[in-house]
Amino acid sequence: MNWRGVLAIYKFEMARTFRTIAQSVISPVLSTVLYFVVFGTAIGSRIDTVQGVDYGAFIVPGLVMLTLLQQSVTNASFGIYFPKFVGTVYELLSAPLSFFEIVLGYVGAAATKALMIALIILVTSALFVDLHIAHPFWMLGFLILTAVSFSLLGFIIGVWARSFEQLQLIPLLVITPLVFLGGAFYSADMLPPFWEAVTHLNPVLYLISGFRWSFFELSDVPVGVSLMAVTGFLALGLAVVWIIFKTGWRIRS
Amino acid sequence: MIDMTNDSMISIQGLGKSYDSGHTALKDVNLDIRAGEILALLGPNGAGKTTLISSICGLITPSTGSITVGGYDVHRDYRQTRRMIGLVPQEIHIEMFETVWNTARYSRALFGLAPDDAYLEKVLRALSLWDKRDTKNMELSGGMKRRVLIAKALAHEPRVLFLDEPTAGVDVTLRRDMWDMVRSLQEDGVTIILTTHYIEEAEEMADRIGIIRAGEILLVEDKDQLMQRLGKKQLRLHLQDAVRELPDSLAAYNLRHTEDFTGLIYEYDAQSKRTGITRLIADMAAAGISVRDLETSETNLEDVFLTLTNDEVPS
Repeated sequence: MNWRGVLAIYKFEMARTFRTIAQSVISPVLSTVLYFVVFGTAIGSRIDTVQGVDYGAFIVPGLVMLTLLQQSVTNASFGIYFPKFVGTVYELLSAPLSFFEIVLGYVGAAATKALMIALIILVTSALFVDLHIAHPFWMLGFLILTAVSFSLLGFIIGVWARSFEQLQLIPLLVITPLVFLGGAFYSADMLPPFWEAVTHLNPVLYLISGFRWSFFELSDVPVGVSLMAVTGFLALGLAVVWIIFKTGWRIRS
Repeated sequence: MIDMTNDSMISIQGLGKSYDSGHTALKDVNLDIRAGEILALLGPNGAGKTTLISSICGLITPSTGSITVGGYDVHRDYRQTRRMIGLVPQEIHIEMFETVWNTARYSRALFGLAPDDAYLEKVLRALSLWDKRDTKNMELSGGMKRRVLIAKALAHEPRVLFLDEPTAGVDVTLRRDMWDMVRSLQEDGVTIILTTHYIEEAEEMADRIGIIRAGEILLVEDKDQLMQRLGKKQLRLHLQDAVRELPDSLAAYNLRHTEDFTGLIYEYDAQSKRTGITRLIADMAAAGISVRDLETSETNLEDVFLTLTNDEVPS
């Protein structure tokens, strides 16, 4: 194992985060605060509670998840796309690093950054609402598993993308709608039966539901199913990355 | 081509590379690169120089054949081979927002080596980059950026250094500096492979010269031997009247006819004491062949290069 190499990539990526601190940390925090003001305060004042939980508090897990997914995907995809774009990927490919080590460096850094921001948002939201976390261990577990799986997805997007436009396509057109429709701001059982059934096809529902359970012990789907779902994403991401590197797809011709 | 008296550092056998597009970049390349030598690969654009280098460094996966570096297979034992190799690419690819110092440290760590600031300082000083160590790469001039690329390639103390078109678009000072650096690296025992289309660079630097065209190695030869072969001069004799049959008295000169038989070509070694020109002219006069005019010309690497890369492979 070339641990020094992995650490070098990890530190390089983290340094990039701190170099662009405003863009990396402040902007997601700001947009979350705006969501809070609009959904939590303005709209939430007309909704008392959802399943017995204050609406402002109810949306916190969804908001954290929204940011976590976006950040994981964006960080990881940009992290690997940028060396491809500027050409420095040559050094990565000529270094004594296995594909697993390269992924570990990039995905590790992307997931760390996403987790940091998610936790900052959690703390920020505690300033607005009274938060109670029933299962902190599970909450962290869901956060980490989700951050890693979606960083893997981001990595795949970064390898696949041939332009900055493609890079933004999936986060914008897929991830954001899935989070909004996956119960970030409501409970699936508030929907008419048909749409409730449709919502169950949305993979993000399982993530948000499991994550919310760790706060309030309330969930749209059983927590075991959520856990299986997130583990499934992780396995799928790992499998795809493994295939990419085995075939050298869009990386090594 | 394989010289058993020298240790081989890199051994390439039956290397071929075809892309999905159907383009064949390399076909059946066999090449042995000796430990500690400077090998210049000469060839026109698109000849396969970069593909060859990329195959050795692990940037592309060859379609056929095998490559060993220091006895290790580049595919199976990639950790060992890549640790030995430093690559300076043709294009300037560096992390724009990082400082020179961080870039070099990053490269070293990427290759799994413990930090060694004293060594990196030595490298940066040798490349006149030490004063610029805290400057961001994006603020450097083109020539300086190229130096950073070299610093990156040397950061992990490679035993083999690939320089892909190192002096393309580089000013005279940097070119001289680079040549000096390459020589001092060779003194330290580093094997150096450079690709170029500057003949003078190959003449100046290389121990051996390989000529590559359309994915094939046409020739690999010691530079001195090649230069000796090339050091021949030609005497071109324009005759008063066309001569089709030469008398026996001129047979020893191995004269060649020009296409229209109005001229004769005599090849001689310019370095030797006796060129035989005086005797030839006397013998020609004795045979009754009168010379209207004469000219001499010298073949150089460029001529051979052009002949080889334009025409058929010589026998």
